[in-house]
Amino acid sequence: MALHFEKRKSASTAALFIVPLASFLASLALTSLLLLAFEVNPAATFAAMFKGAFGSWRAFTETLVKAIPLMLTSLGVALAFKLRFWNIGAEGQLVMAGVAASWVALFWSGWVPGALLLPLAILVGCAAGALWASVPALLKTSLAVDETLVTLMLNYVAILFADSLYYGPWRDPKGYGFPGTAPFPKEAWLPRISGRAHVGLYFALALALVLWFLLNRTRWGFELKIIGSSPRAARYEGIAVERNVVLAVLLSGALCGLAGACEVTAISHRLQQGLAIGYGFTAIIVAWMSQLNPLAIAPVSILMAAILVGGDQVQMKMGLPSAMGQVMQGMILFPMLAGSLFTEFRIRRSAPRAGGPAPGREGAA
Amino acid sequence: MSDPQAGAGTRLVEMRGIRKSFPGVQASDDVCLSLDSGEVLALLGENGAGKSTLMNILAGLYHPDAGQILVRGRAARISSPRDAAALGIGMVHQNFMLVDSMSVAENVVLGMKGLPFVPDLRKVKAGIRELSERYNLRVDPEAYVWQLSVGEQQRVEILKLLYRRAEILILDEPTAVLTPQESAELNAVVRRMRSEGKAAIFITHKMEEVMTFSDRVMVLRRGKLVAERRTADTDPRELARLMVGREVLFCVDKRPFSPGDCVLELEGVRAEDERGLPALDGLDLRLRSGEILGIAGVAGNGQRELAEVITGLRPATAGRIRLKGRDVTNGSPLSLIRSGVGHVPQDRSSVGAVGDLSVAANLAMKGYRSRPVSVGPVLRPSRILELAKRLIAAFGIATPSPQTRVKFLSGGNVQKTILAREIGACTSLLVAVYPSRGLDVGATEAVRKELVAQRDAGRAVLLVSEDLEELAQVADTIAVLFEGRVMGTFPACEADPETLGLLMSGAKKEA
Ligand SMILES: Nc1ncnc2c1ncn2[C@@H]1O[C@H](COP(=O)(O)OP(=O)(O)OP(=O)(O)O)[C@@H](O)[C@H]1O
Ligand SMILES: [Mg+2]
Repeated sequence: MALHFEKRKSASTAALFIVPLASFLASLALTSLLLLAFEVNPAATFAAMFKGAFGSWRAFTETLVKAIPLMLTSLGVALAFKLRFWNIGAEGQLVMAGVAASWVALFWSGWVPGALLLPLAILVGCAAGALWASVPALLKTSLAVDETLVTLMLNYVAILFADSLYYGPWRDPKGYGFPGTAPFPKEAWLPRISGRAHVGLYFALALALVLWFLLNRTRWGFELKIIGSSPRAARYEGIAVERNVVLAVLLSGALCGLAGACEVTAISHRLQQGLAIGYGFTAIIVAWMSQLNPLAIAPVSILMAAILVGGDQVQMKMGLPSAMGQVMQGMILFPMLAGSLFTEFRIRRSAPRAGGPAPGREGAA
Repeated sequence: MSDPQAGAGTRLVEMRGIRKSFPGVQASDDVCLSLDSGEVLALLGENGAGKSTLMNILAGLYHPDAGQILVRGRAARISSPRDAAALGIGMVHQNFMLVDSMSVAENVVLGMKGLPFVPDLRKVKAGIRELSERYNLRVDPEAYVWQLSVGEQQRVEILKLLYRRAEILILDEPTAVLTPQESAELNAVVRRMRSEGKAAIFITHKMEEVMTFSDRVMVLRRGKLVAERRTADTDPRELARLMVGREVLFCVDKRPFSPGDCVLELEGVRAEDERGLPALDGLDLRLRSGEILGIAGVAGNGQRELAEVITGLRPATAGRIRLKGRDVTNGSPLSLIRSGVGHVPQDRSSVGAVGDLSVAANLAMKGYRSRPVSVGPVLRPSRILELAKRLIAAFGIATPSPQTRVKFLSGGNVQKTILAREIGACTSLLVAVYPSRGLDVGATEAVRKELVAQRDAGRAVLLVSEDLEELAQVADTIAVLFEGRVMGTFPACEADPETLGLLMSGAKKEA
């Protein structure tokens, strides 16, 4: 008996690793085909990408620079996805947080003690991310409005709002027409560790642990698990479904917001064009690849960042469009989705309603 | 199907040496089964004995690990329900597989092989009418499935099979959701089919049904075939013993009835159902500690709503509910759980249990809020496991391990999981809606004993049941529910089936 059970357990944990790995390899294969179509050597390209991302300490710190916002947004997305709240608005939450943090950094320095400026900028940034996420959350829980559409649309609202600020009222008068605000005062700069890699890395790693603990070892996490699996059962168990969904989505927005606040305070030191470069969307891929497990998000984010950074290098070395990195990311998503379908299919085959006679298809069912 | 004139007694199905294992369990262990035309075979066995599994194999949903199936003497490979249908085998599952938004006629032809792209629904409807006349299965082919009661939906499932000319019908616990009246009608249908040379296999936990429905009985225990009897040569007692492996006492010891203070009081309570129609219509009830109040009534007369109003899951639109003297009308579910109210809901698969979570998690779903399972906001996984192991042992839940996901348990074991959790969490009032539905005799006995133990421990128990025998055996007081109102309340010892039956059908209690 015990032996049988072990077999299944190991099979399911194996799936946890095999599926992302296999999808990654499949995506390499697909990309190779594409590269061959461009008449470049895939092996050389991948080597160049790897070197570009990990080849030197400097390259590695640049990979980390991209990995940090990916980790934070992916944690936020994964938390919402656990509840089957399809938050695809991480990008917008990130941008709104960047705006709010910039507001604090630029305009509060007169009346706030210098030492408080940075913590306040980050906190207000997180709050703005949460606030931005609260709109779809409240619309969904009170009026049953579909969150997918609302979160998606709010991305564009946020991005255009930020645009209008640094092109308009917040534009740096001394910036020679450059679309961006004036630089923040030094007190509002988030310290860097090495190169441009900054302490946001510590936040991200610590929050991954915290989130894992929260989801797996606390009462609240248990409640979220029940809500995610069956809201009706959750209600029957005395769990306030709506309130907890709103709370979790606020937290999700705050995590995405932290990514934005770190970007402006640590990297650009101003609000400028180039804040919204798709971290919030890539986060969706990362979250799926990590199977919504916070502990898997850190390594997967680094991998994804490496593909992005490596993609840039490929442009220079192999004369390929730098979009190659993003093409590869897309190529990872497809095998991933196919992979998760495959595992589901395997599980379903043995489940009672298995051979899957949707009532629509099957006569005798 | 190829030979509809097959005379009584020809062998229709033979299953030989069937084996099927799931992780941690041997669900079918070298089972042989045969079925002749004109025969009704009852399949008996404890929860998790492997009845559904065996039938799913015959219906093409599961593939056996080993064994052979012969249909009409020829070896058959049944690898999908479609293959089964082609051989004239059809199965009605316990959870029906109809499309709510479609009409009866559309459901009947859905997925049929060899149907024109645009089927002639008029012909289909005529066919359905003819069949429903012949078998006395009253269904309106134009009605939409969502408009039908559970009993009617089952008739559609059966019509669906008859329309496809199924000759071998498999019915998995068909009567668990039916009223006694509907069960009797189903019996008539099965008899009619038998007289036409068709055959049926049906699964049930109710002994009387085995005795009235079947010609032959097969008993499974832990995946093995342990006995086979002609129905005429056996009796419920022997069958129960064969199933459970020990003598089952069909009676429960109770201490003399000595009720205490009033625990639950309902005064003029009104509530609406999902469609906004009145479901509770000025209902009054009183329940004391140390008392089991049985709610008798035909299903659908407000039982579900009554339980939900008491447990805070459904708003009362009028009236008062008091728990131990405290007004709890429209209190939150959590506040009622905190006051020690346990609830075994009618709908177990989607409300009572979470299929995607483990047995241990499901067992902890009420107790996780307090010590020892959690300390402050932090859960203690080792304590969850301990609690699970204890409840699994105490309630005899058949599961490969506490980590197994609930959706892989047999129907009866899901129910046991819910019961174990709710009884464990209850300190003042237990609301149990059809708690023994789908349970085998052994487990039913255990549940009744547990209800009585709760009463003897000074708790109040509200037992909703449609089984008058169960009520007579367990309840101290019986209230009859009809169209959301209490038609009358009696001490259980004074209630006779005739009066109850009359009240259940809505007749006024005469002076
Ligand atoms: N898809 C599945 N995956 C894993 N285990 C399963 C699956 N289906 C059934 N089992 C296990 O096989 C055993 C037999 O289950 P089955 O559903 O056949 O029981 P049953 O006799 O129909 O019981 P009940 O009277 O409770 O419905 C049980 O231990 C159950 O947990
Ligand atoms: Mg079953």
